[in-house]
Amino acid sequence: MSSLDIQRRSATTTEPPQARHSVEVAKLIDVSTCIGCKACQVACMEWNDLRDKVGHNIGVYDNPADLTDQSWTVMRYTETEQNGKLEWLIRKDGCMHCADPGCLKACPSPGAIIQYTNGIVDFQQEHCIGCGYCIQGCPFNIPRLSKKDNKAYKCTLCSDRVTVGQAPACVKTCPTGAIHFGTKEAMKDYAETRIVDLKSRGYEKAGLYDPQGVGGTHVMYVLQHADQPQLYSKLPDNPHISASVQLWKGWTKPLGLAGLGLIALGSFFHFVRRGRKVAEDEYAAREKSLATVQTSQSDQPPAERV
Amino acid sequence: MTNHWVDIKNADLILIMGGNAAEAHPCGFKWAIEAKKHRGAKLVVVDPRFTRSAAVADFYAPIRTGSDIAFLGGVINYLLSNNKFNAEYVRYYTNATYLINESYSFADGMFSGFDEAKHSYANDSWQYQKGPDGAPYMDPEMQYPKCVLQLLKQHYSSYTPEMVESVTGTPKEDFLNIAEMIGECSKPDKVMTILYALGWTQHSVGSQMIRTMAIIQLLLGNIGMAGGGINALRGHANVQGITDMNLFGANLPGYLASPSDKEPNLQAFLAAKTPKPVRMAQMNYWVNYPKFMVSLLKAFYGPNATAENNFGYDWMPKITGAQDVLALFEQMHQGKLNGFFCQGFNPLASVSHKAKIGQALAKLKYLVVMDPLATETSEFWKAHGEYNDVKPEEVQTEVFRLPANLFAEQEGSFTNSGRVIQWRWAGQNAPGEGKGDMEIMALLFTKLKAMYADGSGAYAEPIQKLHWPYRIPTSPSPEEVAKEVSGYAMADVLDPKDPTKILAKAGEQLAGFALLRDDGSTACGNWIYAGSWSQAGNLMARRDNSDPSGLGQTLNWGFAWPANRRILYNRASCDVSGKPWDASRTVIKWNGKAWVGNDIPDIRADTPPSESVGPFIMNPEGVARLFAIQGMKEGPFPVHYEPFESPLEANPFFPNNAKARNNPAARVFKGDGDNFGKAADFPHVATTYRLVEHFHYWTKHSVLNAITQPEQFVEIGESLAKEAGIGHGDKVRVSSKRGHIEAVAVVTKRIRSLQIDGKLVHTVGIPLHWGFKGVTRPGYLANTLTPYVGDANTQTPEFKSFLVKIEKA
Repeated sequence: MSSLDIQRRSATTTEPPQARHSVEVAKLIDVSTCIGCKACQVACMEWNDLRDKVGHNIGVYDNPADLTDQSWTVMRYTETEQNGKLEWLIRKDGCMHCADPGCLKACPSPGAIIQYTNGIVDFQQEHCIGCGYCIQGCPFNIPRLSKKDNKAYKCTLCSDRVTVGQAPACVKTCPTGAIHFGTKEAMKDYAETRIVDLKSRGYEKAGLYDPQGVGGTHVMYVLQHADQPQLYSKLPDNPHISASVQLWKGWTKPLGLAGLGLIALGSFFHFVRRGRKVAEDEYAAREKSLATVQTSQSDQPPAERV
Repeated sequence: MTNHWVDIKNADLILIMGGNAAEAHPCGFKWAIEAKKHRGAKLVVVDPRFTRSAAVADFYAPIRTGSDIAFLGGVINYLLSNNKFNAEYVRYYTNATYLINESYSFADGMFSGFDEAKHSYANDSWQYQKGPDGAPYMDPEMQYPKCVLQLLKQHYSSYTPEMVESVTGTPKEDFLNIAEMIGECSKPDKVMTILYALGWTQHSVGSQMIRTMAIIQLLLGNIGMAGGGINALRGHANVQGITDMNLFGANLPGYLASPSDKEPNLQAFLAAKTPKPVRMAQMNYWVNYPKFMVSLLKAFYGPNATAENNFGYDWMPKITGAQDVLALFEQMHQGKLNGFFCQGFNPLASVSHKAKIGQALAKLKYLVVMDPLATETSEFWKAHGEYNDVKPEEVQTEVFRLPANLFAEQEGSFTNSGRVIQWRWAGQNAPGEGKGDMEIMALLFTKLKAMYADGSGAYAEPIQKLHWPYRIPTSPSPEEVAKEVSGYAMADVLDPKDPTKILAKAGEQLAGFALLRDDGSTACGNWIYAGSWSQAGNLMARRDNSDPSGLGQTLNWGFAWPANRRILYNRASCDVSGKPWDASRTVIKWNGKAWVGNDIPDIRADTPPSESVGPFIMNPEGVARLFAIQGMKEGPFPVHYEPFESPLEANPFFPNNAKARNNPAARVFKGDGDNFGKAADFPHVATTYRLVEHFHYWTKHSVLNAITQPEQFVEIGESLAKEAGIGHGDKVRVSSKRGHIEAVAVVTKRIRSLQIDGKLVHTVGIPLHWGFKGVTRPGYLANTLTPYVGDANTQTPEFKSFLVKIEKA
């Protein structure tokens, strides 16, 4: 995607470009048809040229055991008993591409985190200063700092593929078709058909995970037990950007520093907060106009090219 | 598979048992998901472990490994007791109506005809009662006590839900729930498919487990139906192809038999192998055996094969005994083999009882390993610490490693589980000195032929007479071989009805096996592949996925053997009058003049239903055998026998007959019996299996796979973990009578401890992918633990059921 597609930049007050029309995209992960084969993990490593360490087995199927700068998505396996029946819930974890991204809000480095008009939240590592605020800001605990270059990494939703009309690598490779990609509207519509099917099979609380606390997400899940997201390896029930991110940035952080540094950073954050407020207002307005565009285009098929 | 991968989407009920399709066949498993999403199909998994397949199933039930016949026998009992079978299908398409000899009996776990000294059966008493004209007696009402249906009923009457629970550990209500779902599929418009794999074949009663399910599918009327069938999911992308080409000593391509010393000449061979007609009007397709065999000999020996020299039959090796892998390594272990070629085979890891295999290989003078990877077998002689604790100085075997290319580095055909042969092209060239397997074999052959050229050497004829028509003799092309396999005319092939008519000119590719002749005018390397490369070209390379029926038949995609037929026995998808049982899933139908529809009819296209030609054309009687009058070593009906290593002292069905504890017809070599463990020393049931992250012992050489599953582990249930004081991630030692491995413990709710015959039995799950070569963390070969005994028919080792103990390492 080009700079024309950028909707928000971290620590930036200038107006985003608005000439281009775009639609919101989303990846839909249907947990109920996921077999946990990790083909998505491998596809992610292959497409992005990542190679994590050959690790250890720590008593579970999860491997690599956690997200790292080399593993931008991992499968998380949970054994649980629901209604007297054993279930093995397998959730593909990774960046949720929040509409209201906590990482971007927390990031103090101009342009290190950007949000595209299609909803993808992307890190621009050349601007990353390695402060780790994005990790604090993320309600899903996704970004990871590299020990090698001290920069933060996470899923890009294959923004490089999406920009040329391709689905993300994980979607392309998923053998059971548990991962879907398209416009957010189309994904919500498809999710509805899956939820109807799951309800007919006795999963009365089946539903879509598109948490509004972060403005909705551009990675959504179909869950068998949408009333209990935490069952799925602690998927947050109601994620929101932590108040401590504001606090941290406003007060606690300066307290931890001394003298000149304190003054300098304090004024810097003051600037950032003001800047963000402007950006937020702009964002809300843009959301509205986008919704109008989508409504008017609703008779069109879901676009892969966005 | 009688059906094919895409056809799974047509099922109403998908039973996964004796396999774990999501884990071992994730790509094909998409069709099970399709059936769920678009047909509302139910998915049921029966397995000792709650598997990745179970994770997306509608219903899961646990079962003790090795007890599947007890479960399935219980299902047969349920179907027959509750009238949940398709009576018309059973009456006309199976041998349910046939009367069996009065001398046939089954008592206390043993059939009539057992020879105790030889551990084998004579099947004379298992035959049909026949009239003076040789036609079998039948009871269309299926009431006569000696008719097959009544015998079947009686045979499984003791497989009650209570007995099923006691033997298998499956809770009675779970069993009944599944039996009821299966029973629903006896309706003409409800179809069940069964997806199984090595979870059934790798038992000492593996073939009979599969047969029990075949009986169920026949009772339900599900064979021949779209969405039905009995479907073996094959473990390698092309293992169906290797099976079809029969790279086994006992068979020739196309499931023809290898000549043995009992058939000294072609006439005796053909007389023994060609079945006589049993009933009028039946196709009895194997009557064409001589055409297939002679055409194969013509492919082998070309113009050198003539009617005068019995088409070169005398040059064929005659086998003298068992040729299976266990027999082979037993002979090697006895020092009776000098050399051994391993082509795409890693027996140190993949044949049971690693210690014995290592000892056997050490008795060879030379070992040649053709492989793209440095396999464990190629380093069986090398010390790899605790993982391969050998003394190289004591091994005198000379080992040659020939770098071969990988499948993606060569052109050729792949035959998938659904018998669909697809041509593929090389993705890239092999690195370094790697050569294709065909080139390696051709180099070897041309060298041997040159060495024998002066006529010296023992019996040079078979080598000198072999037909080797390839443009570059040291490197036959895949196209040349594929055309030879498909078959061509060596002389003009004439129409038997009108000899003035030429059906195929000399040199032309043949359109199918109907053109094969036993007079030497045709050559065909594998009759079931006939027509895959016809005059129209390479049909395996077709990529037209148009699917007018919506059933996923795609008749112009690749080529399915036989005759491009996608669903075997599809005549049985229609009732006796030729009307489909379920019109919405029409495979074929009789339109008044011919069989037409969405597949190649598995019957002569112009045979009207009124002629009563049975759908099971490979059996002389034209019907399927609920009662197997021949072909099965341990009896005409499957019986539950305990695995050779079982936690039970006796077979719960026959507690007082020690002879019926295990499969009476299984072969145990001298010495191996002493290597079976007892429950007193090894109290837990163990089973080995694959993980989706890896493929056998290959992918541990690939870093991406290694990242996703890096280190050897075993799985145990929570109650065993508690009992043995084992926690998540602890290092444990698992031992059997034959050795031990060490691995990380995965403690899981997914393996339940089961009440079996009144005692609590724990299961230890052992994934098999680790070894001492590759880029994963080094591990033990899982076959260190497994016993040296196989299925009585196939001799596939009993990898799935044995005894171990487990302790913290």
